[in-house]
Amino acid sequence: MNQLGYRIKEYLGLGKRDDENMRKTVKFGDPSAVQQGRLYSVISILVVLVIWVIICEMEVVPPLFWPPPQDVIEKFWKIATEGYRGATLFEHILVSLWRVLSGFGLGCLLGIPLGIGMGLSKIVRGSLDPLIELYRPVPPLAYIPIIIIWMGIGDEGKITLLFLATFSIMVINSRAGVKSVTVEKIHAAYSLGANRWQVLWHVILVNALPEIFTGARVAMGVAWGTLVAAEMVAATSGIGWMVLNASRYLRTDIVLMGIIVMGLIGYSIDLLMRLMEKKLIPWKGKI
Amino acid sequence: MAKQGVQHHLSVQNMGMTYRMEDGTEVQALEDINFDMYSGDLNVVVGPSGCGKTTLLNILAGFLIQTSGSVTLDGKKIEKPGAERGVVFQKGALFEWLSVYQNAEFGPRMLNKPLEERKQTVMEYLDLVDLAGFRDTPIYNLSGGMQQRVAIVRCLANDPSIMLMDEPLGALDALTREKMQSLILKLWKETGKMIFFITHSVEEAIYLATDLFVMSARPGRIMKRYKLDFCKRGLHEDSRKLKSDPEFIKIREEVLGLIWGMEEETGAHGR
Repeated sequence: MNQLGYRIKEYLGLGKRDDENMRKTVKFGDPSAVQQGRLYSVISILVVLVIWVIICEMEVVPPLFWPPPQDVIEKFWKIATEGYRGATLFEHILVSLWRVLSGFGLGCLLGIPLGIGMGLSKIVRGSLDPLIELYRPVPPLAYIPIIIIWMGIGDEGKITLLFLATFSIMVINSRAGVKSVTVEKIHAAYSLGANRWQVLWHVILVNALPEIFTGARVAMGVAWGTLVAAEMVAATSGIGWMVLNASRYLRTDIVLMGIIVMGLIGYSIDLLMRLMEKKLIPWKGKI
Repeated sequence: MAKQGVQHHLSVQNMGMTYRMEDGTEVQALEDINFDMYSGDLNVVVGPSGCGKTTLLNILAGFLIQTSGSVTLDGKKIEKPGAERGVVFQKGALFEWLSVYQNAEFGPRMLNKPLEERKQTVMEYLDLVDLAGFRDTPIYNLSGGMQQRVAIVRCLANDPSIMLMDEPLGALDALTREKMQSLILKLWKETGKMIFFITHSVEEAIYLATDLFVMSARPGRIMKRYKLDFCKRGLHEDSRKLKSDPEFIKIREEVLGLIWGMEEETGAHGR
């Protein structure tokens, strides 16, 4: 039990420390002296929850405007078990994840090779640059009518939208990754007897991995965030659709629950990707 | 590993290098370069900043093509980089996603040498530079001196006909630098390789060279050549004693005088 208490103290930054930071005289302005402040993270979450409960108890606003936490939790269990319009919460989440992963997967499948091509060939770069730079700033929402006309109301349309959201990010980051290799490394490889393809595979592509991975992290986040827009394309399932549908009936408790779930899942996805990055690309940031 | 028995010959004849700048003016980087090198030679080039030593190395390595004259290795024209001309860069240019061993075996691996043969060659060389215990360490965990040792092993593992070293010790602290100089002499003796070495440090140059070239400021020409044997003595004599030897100091002052003289003529940095 003592061990656990000690670990919690360490985590919150309350443990006894005599490290370099304590000995510094200049802390204000030194970026490396700013610790994570986990204690304050915990406190702020608790404060938000407490305020939430109090506001609802005191009925400062009607429950419609801001549902109390009990309602949100109750709805969470209800939909997790009984479902919402024919599917449980888990099934909605799964469907949404499937769409996001498919769109993201396609974005990577096409975006990474094209980005790499743009980094290596002036022909590829010149041809694709204007097209990508023109479509990139347009919000995915604007494509919905075209997508419905072209692809109908099935999953393909939603996946296409998510693909469009992630594609440009993967292209840009892949290209940057390719360009980030130092010419010395390339020269070194050729002087060691590598041919063009070996240089591409063993040096250029590996060197590009950190940037590609960063792009993937950003793209996944964007894709998840575009989910609600995607599920406006005539859906009947998915957690984004659930939020849209519930809002139409003014079920703010379900809306808020859905929003919180989406936020938590998005955060978890990012954490997962950061973990994968640490495992697969341990050299990132070193040297 | 046996001392290399094969003799190689590098020949540079009437070589010149001219650049055309953006505004059309022509810059003569190198002019009238003539020399021959053989296996066992340790040629060192010193000269003022901007004299073209790196350009010369890049031409020998095959990263640049000269505008006039001929450069051949064993009779073959040098037109692109190749495994027979290994290069050691100042900042290593090692692959940070690979371990020490994986970096060192990169060349033989690209040339599809069999696994056992690669392992034996690489481990022998790593042992020679005292890095055998670090074979699986990621290179970003190594000090600068250790990284340069890996860079040298990586170059050696491919059994190149000539080793080209572009100020390989320039980024190291003074103490590490001296130790590395001794290491390079040791490797030179063990392998009998042809080594072409560029440095800013006159002392280093005189210590290492069998043949010392002093280059002039732009356009770079070989102003003076020395045949030296301090390196042979360096194999068994203490380096500090050797560098304080009156003969050593005499040559050092002479060369420094030459170089400083040139830098004065062309302004602080002959660029």
